[in-house]
Amino acid sequence: MINIIMNGLEVRAEEGWSILDTAKFYGIEIPTLCYNEGLSVYGGCRLCLVEIGETPKTKLVSSCTYPVHKGLVVHTDTQRVIRTRRMMIELMLAIAPNSKTIQDLASKFGVKQCRFKVRNEECVLCGLCVRMCREQMGGKAIGFQNRGYKRRISTPFDMRSEECRLCGGCMYICPACQLRCHGPDPDTTVCNACLQMDPTCLDYYEELQCWMYDAGRCGTCVKEGPEKETKEKAGHK
Amino acid sequence: MNAETQKIKSFIEKHDSKKQALISILQDIQGEYNYLPAEALRFVSQTLGIPLIDIISVATFYRSFSLEPKGEHMVTVCMGTACHVRGGPKILEEFERKLGIESGETTEDKQFSLETVACLGCCAIGPVVVVDGNYYSHTNIRKVGSILKTYHKKEKENEQPQEN
Repeated sequence: MINIIMNGLEVRAEEGWSILDTAKFYGIEIPTLCYNEGLSVYGGCRLCLVEIGETPKTKLVSSCTYPVHKGLVVHTDTQRVIRTRRMMIELMLAIAPNSKTIQDLASKFGVKQCRFKVRNEECVLCGLCVRMCREQMGGKAIGFQNRGYKRRISTPFDMRSEECRLCGGCMYICPACQLRCHGPDPDTTVCNACLQMDPTCLDYYEELQCWMYDAGRCGTCVKEGPEKETKEKAGHK
Repeated sequence: MNAETQKIKSFIEKHDSKKQALISILQDIQGEYNYLPAEALRFVSQTLGIPLIDIISVATFYRSFSLEPKGEHMVTVCMGTACHVRGGPKILEEFERKLGIESGETTEDKQFSLETVACLGCCAIGPVVVVDGNYYSHTNIRKVGSILKTYHKKEKENEQPQEN
């Protein structure tokens, strides 16, 4: 057992636990996005940031990847931590504004505006799908490609991977691909929040980041109908 | 097993078929073909037992690897701060006009590929242009034509003996 100080309380953690594990054990809430109990830790979303060390020498670390050690001093909700978390949410919001998960996080943390250019990329590179495919589904169909601002997730050569079994695990776990939030109604300005939720992914394939390359077959994402055709044609131009 | 696969197999065996040697193997393939052919990557994936997507991740991460065929000659224009203020962008523009391609593209006859680089570490002799590892210092717009001409010439010299 290791004794650490969390938010001023002395708590005991087991060897090998991360700060996040310890916080969960004691019921201290730390928000996460790229963390999933069944998958390896990634530390990509930076939402679980906590402040460690004593003033004035504190630093921010991702609690999901940081293992506890003797004499560790952790603060999970200081001004600095909350400010940084809000910034991360704002940045993710700019990339995937239609994600229900991220919208929920934004309202929870009081992020009311997004100062960045909205990019609508529908992928925050949390890597959940990659780890899901690899660790739980035993496939190695998708992975990260390129780097820097060009970094993206795809299959080899952007074609249907030979290893893909169409299990849909990537779609199941994706925080941007789940229910899509349509935001406030422009007529009433009332959000009506979850009444406006659309269970389908997208109307047409062009915008769909589906690595199964089998548009419409599963029927989850792509709506059938005349609307789809016209939009597809427009997309090809 | 055809000649191409045999060649790639020899590259892999050169590095004792080790997984850790992936980058070296990819460098050898890139050196041979000037790009990484899809078939070669599939073969490497099967032989080394590395998932194809991991090889693609490595190949797309480093700029020295290319999945698209590159030209015979690699023209690199420095866009670092020092070269930039001394007219790097204008030199790049001149190359783009002379070759008829944008930065990052390859000419249709597969002779030249044009790229930019952030800094080559020799700011004192900037603006710098590198063609096939040869450094051209203090370049300006007027020198662009003559630089390209030397490489066009080399092509012709190489071709002539074959014709005779």
